[in-house]
Amino acid sequence: MSAVDIQYPETEDDVARIVADAKASNLSVEVRGGGTRLGLGRPSQSASALSLAKLTGITNYDPSELVMAARAGTPLAEIESALAENNQMLTFEPMDHRPLLGATGEPTIGGVFAANVSGPRRISAGAARDNLLGVRFVNGTGEIVKSGGRVMKNVTGLDLVKLMAGSWGTLGVMSEVTFKVLPRPETAVTIVVSGLNDAEAAEAMAAALAMSVEVSGAAHLPESVIHKFAGGSLKGGPATVLRLEGLTPSVDVRSERLVAEMARRGTVSVLEAQASQDLWREIRDVIPFADGTMKPVWRVSVAPSAGHQLVAALRLKTGVDAFYDWQGGLVWLRMEADPEADLVRQYIKVLGGGHATLIRADAATRASVPVFEPQPKPLEALARRIKDQFDPAGVLNPGRMTAGM
Amino acid sequence: MSELIAFQQPDQAVIERRPAIIADLAELLPEGCLITEERELVPFDTDAFVSYRRMPLAVVLPETTAQVAAVLKYCNDNAIPVIPRGAGTSLSGGAIPQEDAVVIGVSKMNRILEVDLPNRAAIVQAGVTNISISQAVDADGFFYAPDPSSQLACTIGGNIGMNSGGAHCLKYGVTTNNLMGVKMVMFDGSIVEIGGKALDAAGYDLLGLICGSEGQLGIVTEATVRLIAKPEGARPVLFGFESSVAAGACVTDIIGAGIIPVAIEFMDKPAIEICEAFAQAGYPMDVEALLIVEVEGSEAEMDAMLERIIEIARKHGVKTIKESQSATEAALIWKGRKSAFGATGRIADYICMDGTVPLGQLSHVLEKTSEIIDRYGLRVANVFHAGDGNMHPLILFDANDPEESLKAEMAGNDILKLCVDAGGCLTGEHGVGIEKRDLMRHQYSDVDLAQQMRVRAAFDPKWILNPSKVFPLDGRNGSQPGNQTVPETGKTAA
Repeated sequence: MSAVDIQYPETEDDVARIVADAKASNLSVEVRGGGTRLGLGRPSQSASALSLAKLTGITNYDPSELVMAARAGTPLAEIESALAENNQMLTFEPMDHRPLLGATGEPTIGGVFAANVSGPRRISAGAARDNLLGVRFVNGTGEIVKSGGRVMKNVTGLDLVKLMAGSWGTLGVMSEVTFKVLPRPETAVTIVVSGLNDAEAAEAMAAALAMSVEVSGAAHLPESVIHKFAGGSLKGGPATVLRLEGLTPSVDVRSERLVAEMARRGTVSVLEAQASQDLWREIRDVIPFADGTMKPVWRVSVAPSAGHQLVAALRLKTGVDAFYDWQGGLVWLRMEADPEADLVRQYIKVLGGGHATLIRADAATRASVPVFEPQPKPLEALARRIKDQFDPAGVLNPGRMTAGM
Repeated sequence: MSELIAFQQPDQAVIERRPAIIADLAELLPEGCLITEERELVPFDTDAFVSYRRMPLAVVLPETTAQVAAVLKYCNDNAIPVIPRGAGTSLSGGAIPQEDAVVIGVSKMNRILEVDLPNRAAIVQAGVTNISISQAVDADGFFYAPDPSSQLACTIGGNIGMNSGGAHCLKYGVTTNNLMGVKMVMFDGSIVEIGGKALDAAGYDLLGLICGSEGQLGIVTEATVRLIAKPEGARPVLFGFESSVAAGACVTDIIGAGIIPVAIEFMDKPAIEICEAFAQAGYPMDVEALLIVEVEGSEAEMDAMLERIIEIARKHGVKTIKESQSATEAALIWKGRKSAFGATGRIADYICMDGTVPLGQLSHVLEKTSEIIDRYGLRVANVFHAGDGNMHPLILFDANDPEESLKAEMAGNDILKLCVDAGGCLTGEHGVGIEKRDLMRHQYSDVDLAQQMRVRAAFDPKWILNPSKVFPLDGRNGSQPGNQTVPETGKTAA
């Protein structure tokens, strides 16, 4: 069911009133930002929606403090352009889901944090949740609550900020977020090691991350997807790509050392600034699988050394294409036909644990297959108790993450 | 001595049952894991917040997760408060017990269970000391990044409880950014595992919630932590300034210029004198304020970064620049800084504040701090993590003088309120404990606190875990040990 009646609050008080009214009328609301990730997660079960698209604006930004605050509906593009003007950036480089999901609209900063969207730099700079310093939100009873603040270090009370990140609007409607920003690196280069198979690539990436060269991106692009990157310009078979960023003299030194080490493993080439930047955006946005289809796509998070083992095991059983980010620990899987949820999750368990999220599938599949990893009983019970403490009447995004919750 | 901070009234019914409780605990534990003799309980009657002391009912030191679970289940079933304890180095009173409570210490669970270098992870028991993780992987070229000053003694369990930081978290983050998984015993003795060697966990971010929860959500018995490749080299450099204001402004400009050194530490003149007398670190004695700026990487990298930092420091009239010329000198520089609290303790009693302020407010807050201290007729030494705005004024006083002790606590409270009013928070890395509990309403509204307390109750419905800490004792909406009521608007936890 797609929500037809959409309300657009323009103030935090409006948000509180809408939620309180919904609760009083025993109704639920679908919470959305720009709507670019509505195709992700379990389908909405609400007749009406609350869109934050008109609760916008950067509320606090002093570049020398490395902190920005913005209302939740502020377009990500506006945030990124304000940061770019000051030569700063969101260090966790959030993925844009539009190409993969075939979605339109404008991603919002609130949506980025609600879904804890993090890109390749996650291995060195943390996830979205690591960069979120403070939130204001409206809970399911219509109360306005704040947690955290605008300083880098804060252990004052329970960290509800982390809990809000990645809760998909099921615990509260975020009205304002405060987050860390960082200077853009002066230079970035990407070392490309060609010709490694998946297992060799996992070893090469582990070796690179064991060196004191501060790799800020480590991905492996197997033969089957390599032509989809950089306009097909990466030659020489599969590519294992390693990004270095920072002050130019520093990147020069580190690059030299990394190239020397990697040259023993495969054919090495180097992508300079712009080519490097474009490649990592394609990796971030899962471009090889942005194919205009609704073939199921999984995002799998496992220990880095387990990623390629998972793919090898799945290949024996079903049609699957894959590539790797996060040193091999983030696996993007495109299934040929059936999502094979049980198979994927069973193998993850066997290989030491982790979790799988069904990022793309048609609505019917997302309603029947658990989109997010089912939790062991005690943890699911705990999640339900937590949900009850924020949203006792089940007003906010019911069923978005877990059926019946 | 009069006490500003109240504890919960101990439950006399629990105290009267002490012999029976001790007998029951003895059944649950192997020999040598239960402490009940008064003289043996004394070391557990406080932590590093030594102005407050309470004798616990008993102390248990389990050897396994299963034993922790058995004790916790027993205490929950019988409504006996439980105080989790690592090494007892809390500066906010997070591990101070109470007369009706059983202390569960994790010090015997001190093994490193697994080091997995390809996945850059280590699985350790909660009683492992912070430094021993780095030591275990040092030869392989790795380290565990959060480095609280007490790292020789403090445990990873305690670090998780307080979300500990350290001098180097400007670059590498605090505990929550380096924690990948935990095994935790819940209030009812059930054991849950959250996260692991994958970079993120499924479902709500329980790991983020547990980290920094001050032992109120459960007892962590094992942790999976992130290992990081050691930098090729590191070089601390001393920058001496004519005034604290100039040093503070220099910090703001370094960060503002887009340079993030691995650490920027600040010391004012009293702190320099105290630390130099203790460590002979070679700190300049003719300056009003000192910055220790550490850069890391290869020689070329460090040179490039230092060149830019020096240029900025010159703009702020830096008086002395001293680069460490050897590993020994570098170690001495850090020894001086990291022993600041201990060295201060040799010359006076002190309490250490931990507020964090936005970087642009550093100079303002330093000035106001001096005014507050002057008003109370006390002395202060400032030594803190300037790069992330985490201030540590050490308020010096004489603990044998009740009036001065009281003044020190009141001055501390004023300073923390100042930090909050400047856009900061009460505590950056030491935790709320009992010390800052009654100031929580200065930072949070009742609605904010009620939401936190409801979440707390979802983990610990009877409020048996570290109950006197973090949340003001009044306004808990009936949620007290032995009382299953959860604060308003939430349903009773299932």
